Amino acid sequence: MTQDNDPRLDLSSADNGALCISLIGDWDLTDRLPSQDLFGEQVKSRHDISQVTFNSEQIGTWDSSLLVFIGRIEKYCTENGLQLDMSGLPSGIKRLRDLAREIPPIEDTATHETIETLLSEIGKTTLDLYHGIPRNLKFIGEVILSFGRLIRNKAQFRSVDLMLIIQQVGPNALPIVSLVSFLVGLILAYMGAAQLERVGVQIYIADLVGIAMIREVGALMTGIIMAGRTGASFAAELGTMQVNEEIDAFKTLGISTIDFLVLPRILALMLMIPLLTLYSGLVGTLAGLIIGVTVFDISLFEYYQQTIQALNLKSFGVGIFKGAVYGAVVAISGCLRGMQCGRSAQAVGEATTSAVVTSIIFIVITASAMTVALYKLGI
Amino acid sequence: MSDAILESENNPDAHITVENVTLAYDEFIIQQDLNFTINDDDIFIIMGGSGCGKSTLLKSLIGIKAPSTGNVYYRDKNYWQSTEQQQQAIKHQFGVMFQGGALWSSLTLAENISLPLEEFTELSPVTIKEVVSLKLAMVGLAGYEEFYPSELSGGMRKRGSLARAIALDPDILFFDEPSAGLDPPSAKRLDELILELRDSLGTTIVVVTHELESIFRIGNNSVFLDGETHTMIAQGDPKELRDHAENEDVRAFLNQK
Repeated sequence: MTQDNDPRLDLSSADNGALCISLIGDWDLTDRLPSQDLFGEQVKSRHDISQVTFNSEQIGTWDSSLLVFIGRIEKYCTENGLQLDMSGLPSGIKRLRDLAREIPPIEDTATHETIETLLSEIGKTTLDLYHGIPRNLKFIGEVILSFGRLIRNKAQFRSVDLMLIIQQVGPNALPIVSLVSFLVGLILAYMGAAQLERVGVQIYIADLVGIAMIREVGALMTGIIMAGRTGASFAAELGTMQVNEEIDAFKTLGISTIDFLVLPRILALMLMIPLLTLYSGLVGTLAGLIIGVTVFDISLFEYYQQTIQALNLKSFGVGIFKGAVYGAVVAISGCLRGMQCGRSAQAVGEATTSAVVTSIIFIVITASAMTVALYKLGI
Repeated sequence: MSDAILESENNPDAHITVENVTLAYDEFIIQQDLNFTINDDDIFIIMGGSGCGKSTLLKSLIGIKAPSTGNVYYRDKNYWQSTEQQQQAIKHQFGVMFQGGALWSSLTLAENISLPLEEFTELSPVTIKEVVSLKLAMVGLAGYEEFYPSELSGGMRKRGSLARAIALDPDILFFDEPSAGLDPPSAKRLDELILELRDSLGTTIVVVTHELESIFRIGNNSVFLDGETHTMIAQGDPKELRDHAENEDVRAFLNQK
């Protein structure tokens, strides 16, 4: 675009107190608009101006930018009591301007905008959390009632759905659980070896990796993987069903959404996560064995014997119990956030984020609480 | 509250009675002072401009959102004051076609329609299969049994949703914007189907819509909700309202060309 086509103004005044604004060049949204300050100065410098007219003979192309500019001039004129004659403008401009003015802005929508200070944000968040407690407890209560119906064989859900969800949360999660557990086992073995080497008891790598993986880390890793993988998917699935009114459709039919949607998900995860935990522990131990044998020259038999001695049924029991608790935490958080989801795409994203965050927070809290409790109990 | 009860007692045809209902989200009032009666065999239109609260009113009629105050009666049963079991019993008398269809996306079309039949009837699987095919044929979707909702077009999803709504042969059918997003011939066919259901099965029909053509084609009773005054400003036969409504806005709305 050449310099000649840039939008600009030419101001000329006539004797009768009229100021004529000549619009020149191409008025395009992508370009800078001429400032109306020049116009304001001109008006101020001459006290006799009472009317403003336009001349658009030299205008090239124009778009909304011209409308915006005219709007500014109009505002200036009303504020300063000048008469505005729009007859010199391109005829389309007047029609567009009238169209935009046809329906007056709604006044009470502006009141929704409030300025949030840090203090009020904190207050609001706290209140939201506080008000959320009864809702969350109600949800957990409903889930417990639903389990009651399940025991009495009265819960309405399709066993096909349960099987499908089991497939998704169990077998389909094996690759990622294998990978993470193997690498964590490997890291534990190397870290342990570095310390144990100093006192010359590298054979205790077997105890370290075995006990840590089976009793603690396997469950924790599985819980966190499930929070990211399954908890998020539950929240997104149920949230999208909320957006598509599918949840409403269940409600109007009188089918309990807790029984039909939430129960099979919680059930599937609680059935699968102890197995995944066990699997994760075994894979981690195997990683320790491979490192111990190949890198630190411990014989296979020795390592095996040491691991068997270090572990007992209690270690497995503790690990699986912890896994089951994390499973319940992940399943309930995922379903809770999904069912509480709002009715927009953004709300689904928020529900998913919130499900993962809630799961991880509660996993860490319960993990600490259980570790302390089990220590005190001497288990 | 006595007036509307008397009305429903005196009027044996009253199927749904809405009495002094206020709809609100928290403190934000959507609609208030709603009083009207939907009679047997009515095709009752809930109309009004966009965002005036039509869908919210529908939600409180189908038991999803409780009104802040007021009562909704089905025959002589006060829905929102009933126990959960009574509410379930009332809910089984009605079917709902949602705006976007709301078919369950993890189930095939046939499973969508058979689910209510499996849950609430004693029919054998063979009979259920026949009923499903019949309902799908009624809405013009014969042969689409094994399709998932995501494989269907918007209009087909709506019709599938209608097939699910009529699965249990309900006494009342609710439609949320049935013709929105449909091409004119499909919209006309849906209207004809609605008329046919009323005539042959005696179903009471409640339709939320603002499509004028549809309103005049099927409606014989209506309520007009106004978004500015937050209340109903007219009720009666839409054809009567078009010519004789007292309120100017209602006449203007119904007389648009």
